[in-house]
Amino acid sequence: MARPRNLFYVGRVLFSAGALVGLLLAAVALVGMNQVPHTAVLPLGLPDLPFHLRLDALSAFFLLLLGAAAAGISIFSAGYFRASDGAAPGLLCLQYHTFLAAMAFVLIADDAFVFMIAWETMALASFFLVTTDHRLPEIRRAGFLYLLIAHIGALSILLCFGVLQGGNGDYTFGSMRSASLRGAWPSIAFLLALAGFGAKAGLLPLHVWLPEAHPAAPSPVSALMSGVMLKTAIYGLLRVTFDLLQGQLWWWGAIALVLGLVTALFGVLFATVQTDMKRLLAYSSIENIGIIVAGIGLAILFKTYGKTLLAAIALTAALYHSLNHAFFKSLLFLATGSVLHATKERSLGKLGGLIHRMPWVAWLALIGTLAIAGLPPLNGFVSEWLLLQAFLFTPSLPQSFINMLVPLAAAALVLAVALAAYVMVKFYGVVFLGRPREPNLAYARDAGRLERVALVWLAAGCVLLGLFPVQVIALLDAVNVLLIGATVYRPEAGWWLLAPIAADRASYSPAIVLVVTVVVLLLTIQVVHRLYHGRLRRGPAWDCGFPSQTSRMQDTAEGFGQPIRQIFEQFFRIERVLPTPFDAEPRYYVKAEDHFWYWLYLPIARAVDWAARRVGAIQQGRISIYLMYSFLTLLALLYFVG
Amino acid sequence: MNASGFLSQLLQLGIALLLAPLLVGWVNQCRAWLQNKSAPPLLLPYRTIRKLFLKDAVVAATASPMFRIAPYVVFAAMALAAAIVPSLATDLPFGRAADAIALVGLFALARVFLALAAMDLGTAFGTMGARREMFVGFLAEPALLMVLFTASLISGSTLLPTIVDTLAQRDLAIYPSLAFAGVAFTMVSLAENARIPVDNPATHLELTMIHEAMVLEYSARHLALIEWAAALKLFNYSCIGLALFLPFGIARGSADAAAILGATPVLIAKLALGGLALALIETLSAKMRIFRAPEFLGTAFLLGVLGMLVNLLLGS
Repeated sequence: MARPRNLFYVGRVLFSAGALVGLLLAAVALVGMNQVPHTAVLPLGLPDLPFHLRLDALSAFFLLLLGAAAAGISIFSAGYFRASDGAAPGLLCLQYHTFLAAMAFVLIADDAFVFMIAWETMALASFFLVTTDHRLPEIRRAGFLYLLIAHIGALSILLCFGVLQGGNGDYTFGSMRSASLRGAWPSIAFLLALAGFGAKAGLLPLHVWLPEAHPAAPSPVSALMSGVMLKTAIYGLLRVTFDLLQGQLWWWGAIALVLGLVTALFGVLFATVQTDMKRLLAYSSIENIGIIVAGIGLAILFKTYGKTLLAAIALTAALYHSLNHAFFKSLLFLATGSVLHATKERSLGKLGGLIHRMPWVAWLALIGTLAIAGLPPLNGFVSEWLLLQAFLFTPSLPQSFINMLVPLAAAALVLAVALAAYVMVKFYGVVFLGRPREPNLAYARDAGRLERVALVWLAAGCVLLGLFPVQVIALLDAVNVLLIGATVYRPEAGWWLLAPIAADRASYSPAIVLVVTVVVLLLTIQVVHRLYHGRLRRGPAWDCGFPSQTSRMQDTAEGFGQPIRQIFEQFFRIERVLPTPFDAEPRYYVKAEDHFWYWLYLPIARAVDWAARRVGAIQQGRISIYLMYSFLTLLALLYFVG
Repeated sequence: MNASGFLSQLLQLGIALLLAPLLVGWVNQCRAWLQNKSAPPLLLPYRTIRKLFLKDAVVAATASPMFRIAPYVVFAAMALAAAIVPSLATDLPFGRAADAIALVGLFALARVFLALAAMDLGTAFGTMGARREMFVGFLAEPALLMVLFTASLISGSTLLPTIVDTLAQRDLAIYPSLAFAGVAFTMVSLAENARIPVDNPATHLELTMIHEAMVLEYSARHLALIEWAAALKLFNYSCIGLALFLPFGIARGSADAAAILGATPVLIAKLALGGLALALIETLSAKMRIFRAPEFLGTAFLLGVLGMLVNLLLGS
């Protein structure tokens, strides 16, 4: 066996090669977006069941997302993993690339067998990656929870494919497209898909694995899972709903819309009260997935009522947000990885002031923070803008119930987006700004060269996706044509002006916003310095003249989330220990937990436990009893045969 | 975008930059009169800004570049917003670059930068101010969007110039949905501009301040820019309110410099009345506890949603 040190260098080379493959995939996908679907049949698998592969616009878009995000994450991984990080680097490298390859196969699968094999490989590879530090019991627990929910989801997807093949026994996607399902079957297939892919994406109430698994995994793996793997679930949902099922029903859209928005609000509310930076980002992922699913729901709703342009806008918003989320969430997870390596600390309460010690990570993370907070002119704003436009130009749909639903949904969406800004200010302010809360933070070192390259790549993605929405939408239109049959791209508006509906109804030009802001900013600096002066003195902070400020007087993560915790108290299950004035060692402790554990999961766990114990009663351990069981079974069989 | 449109755009921006401190001075003067105090001079804000520009900046030793860049970002965002809001004319070339949603985004950008800068030094009051500002903002921002959405639904456009053009064309009938939106907008404006009953611009009482707590550490040119940006914000909100709810007198269609200068006295008159109303509200109401603010803003948010629903129900 090679020594771990060699394996480390192999890892460095292999991860870089992986990044190149990622770029290559993205390039292939970029070319494949606007071409006729390519198909291929590989002579693998069981006899008579070869692997069917197909690359159409939808697959190509998600492949592009996968390649572009994975390229950055792999470069980061090349500089990130150390020999001391739990599992052997060689093994880690194998699992990592298996995970990547499985995700790519999920996206190009053209029959249910390949899809499920790749899906399961993806789940298992990521399970092993999550449990890299398997010596810690809480990480094993997180891994188990992830595996459990992944399999509940996989089961549901399997059943969904079973319904979709419509009884003709052919599991290729081509035959599923032509299978005519009657009665309630399409709806059953959709609901199974929503549950199955929702479990992977983190939709309520199957979201519980996300905040456990993401902090447990090494940071590049969290980035890959949150940035890319969740999107394979979005891909699956789109594939089943718009491609494999012919025709949709309006209430599917309503369900997806409501579920998505509830998930978004839930995720962001919980993100505000988190004190672990990776858990905070995990809850923020739940929020973003909620926004994406809400966009898909809106697209279904509009499509069923024949408003194809609006459906295409909503779908574009969902796809665009998927792409954005892949970039900014990967960026932030990787930044937490750098922070974790530099400080060995994940708890927000023990960080602070890292902008001085880690300027590269801090300033690049700022781009991700502003993007995820949905601020112009970065990319998060574009997708939210598009989604709000789709909401806003709901012309009177035939059902007044839906008409009432839409403004309420828009209100919920903007509330979630505004809260996301709160969350991100908390995240960035507590980690990077202020003064270090612990003395050892003064020795934190900035990210290495490869890590910086990765962060720059992802941050550049956030900026470019924000500045050139027209070009991105021109690319996305291939998917719109495939799934909806309408286009959003309006070349006549110009390359710089995003005007999806009509130029006099709504338009947005991030490039101009950025240019004008920067020009005003530079002009102001120049004018102020020329006209007056630029003299500057350094002194201690004033802070209303209070003496002896310590870094512990800053807001902690709990403190920053406290107003939200207080006004949305009933959404959390709060455990709080307050010290009395007479305590010798006063301790304060607060924990905000998820009601779902107590309302849904623990009862189910108890019921399973109870049933298992009942079944255990027939296990007597005496051979005569077992012989009697066999005898009774034989009798029963004879009865049925006879 | 033609040259004359660009020039009138710049003219409007210049007028906004110049008038904004005057509005603050006027509101302060009115409030002093209403409260039986001797009023500060009308032009005091200009003098304060000039004085601050002349001073040497003192920056805390623990400050990062974030602290120094934030005032410029906030000022630039507010200036851009002033270019988008149709205060004098509805023919704004920049207006197409950012619609109502982007305008709210710009306000949010300014808010986030100010909050981050406040957290930068790691002082107790700075972080407290940042937390409270974001706390007020997370409800005020959706409420503002709901108000703008209501207006957008009436005109079928999210572009502010188009909205105002549509609203200015109507005969003086009252839209029921706009009535709800108007109340909501007033409440949001009070909160967003750090006015009583949510915040008090005249206080440095430690436990109640929000906006002032964030900018405590700023001095000299940075403070001047922040004060100016705050004045611009008040100006922008006033102009949005006037344009949506009292749009008469605004220069419509393709406006040249003469039309813009012609519309200026009307705007000044409207702003004077609006400032008086603001001073009256501030005098008649008491500052709320911070935890009453969500109720206040939640009411504004629900009124905004109600405005949208009424619009969809009645079609007006």
